[in-house]
Amino acid sequence: MVTSNNELAYNTKIEGDVIVTRADAVINWIRANSVWPMPMGLACCAIELMATASSRFDIARFGAEVFRFSPRQADCMIVAGTVTYKMAPHLRRIYDQMASPKWVIAMGACASSGGMYRSYATLQGVDRIVPVDVYISGCPPRPEALLDALIKLQAKMGRETSARTLLTA
Amino acid sequence: MSASVDPLAAIKELIPQATERASLDHPAINVPAEVVVEALRQLRDRAGYDFLVDLTAIDQGEGVADRFTVVYHLFSTAASAYVRVATDCRGGAAPVAPSVTALWPAADWHEREAFDMFGIRFEGHPDLRRILMWDGYPHHPLRKEFPLAGVETQLPDLEVAAETGTKVLPAPMVGGPFVASSGEMNLTEAEPRAKDESWNERHVKPE
Repeated sequence: MVTSNNELAYNTKIEGDVIVTRADAVINWIRANSVWPMPMGLACCAIELMATASSRFDIARFGAEVFRFSPRQADCMIVAGTVTYKMAPHLRRIYDQMASPKWVIAMGACASSGGMYRSYATLQGVDRIVPVDVYISGCPPRPEALLDALIKLQAKMGRETSARTLLTA
Repeated sequence: MSASVDPLAAIKELIPQATERASLDHPAINVPAEVVVEALRQLRDRAGYDFLVDLTAIDQGEGVADRFTVVYHLFSTAASAYVRVATDCRGGAAPVAPSVTALWPAADWHEREAFDMFGIRFEGHPDLRRILMWDGYPHHPLRKEFPLAGVETQLPDLEVAAETGTKVLPAPMVGGPFVASSGEMNLTEAEPRAKDESWNERHVKPE
């Protein structure tokens, strides 16, 4: 994670109202601390997803409380549940409708690998149709596991070369 | 509808074409497909079996003369009694059965499911489309010849299929079937699992 400057490194009396940093650091800091999730609740994992968003576990502590049901306003799709082949194209279309930069969390065994549904109807891992950033094990994972995945995703965002991507886009 | 009367005898009196069907629990009858709608109407209107609990089908496997059987489970809300009615479909590998949506609107989705899973065409159904698999799926998954893992086909959306390069693929069955092992072993070993997950249909097991 990017940490803010402290008194020893920055003093307005000496340096004026100027902060010197790297563009990557500040862009990633902004992005990582206001992740707007797209809740792709497809099965029982969505119940844990709701629990994570509510007061006891409070995903707002990590800046990701603004669940958006419109993909156009979301940054991170949380695939929570079993993805059937019938649902897979719709999931991909919703992913395509999200604005870049965008990330995907595969929540639980089903989204990660098809889980126990080794059958004709189930997509064996959502990574076959969308690029996944973080996988969560569990059936379903506890809310703490989802929070851990969000922290890991924030760490991953912190390592991105955002400025170069923006300038070369 | 007194409890002292044998329900099976009463049903057979009501439906002369009915023959007794082997059953471990509730009274069960076999009825020829030509009269099944009338038989169910009699059961509903005159025997008090007013509630269609379930409508499903059985595939006896390839090569069997009457391969597909449609099974109706009826319940009498007055007498709290069940009855099971079975009828063999006509048509062999392209089975046909009469629709009972006129008797119970609830049969609509059940018949769509039986059509989707077994390929049974219900004559007189108002809207016989697939209900679980997508339109255009070429198979009927609960037929005996269909493998649990599935068969390779196209994704429902060809645009997404082209974009992702993904197909409907057979699920990895390595080490499967995925059922718990029985016998003397510790619980960790007995869990349902693939014995070797290092290979699947993408990374084929080296021969």
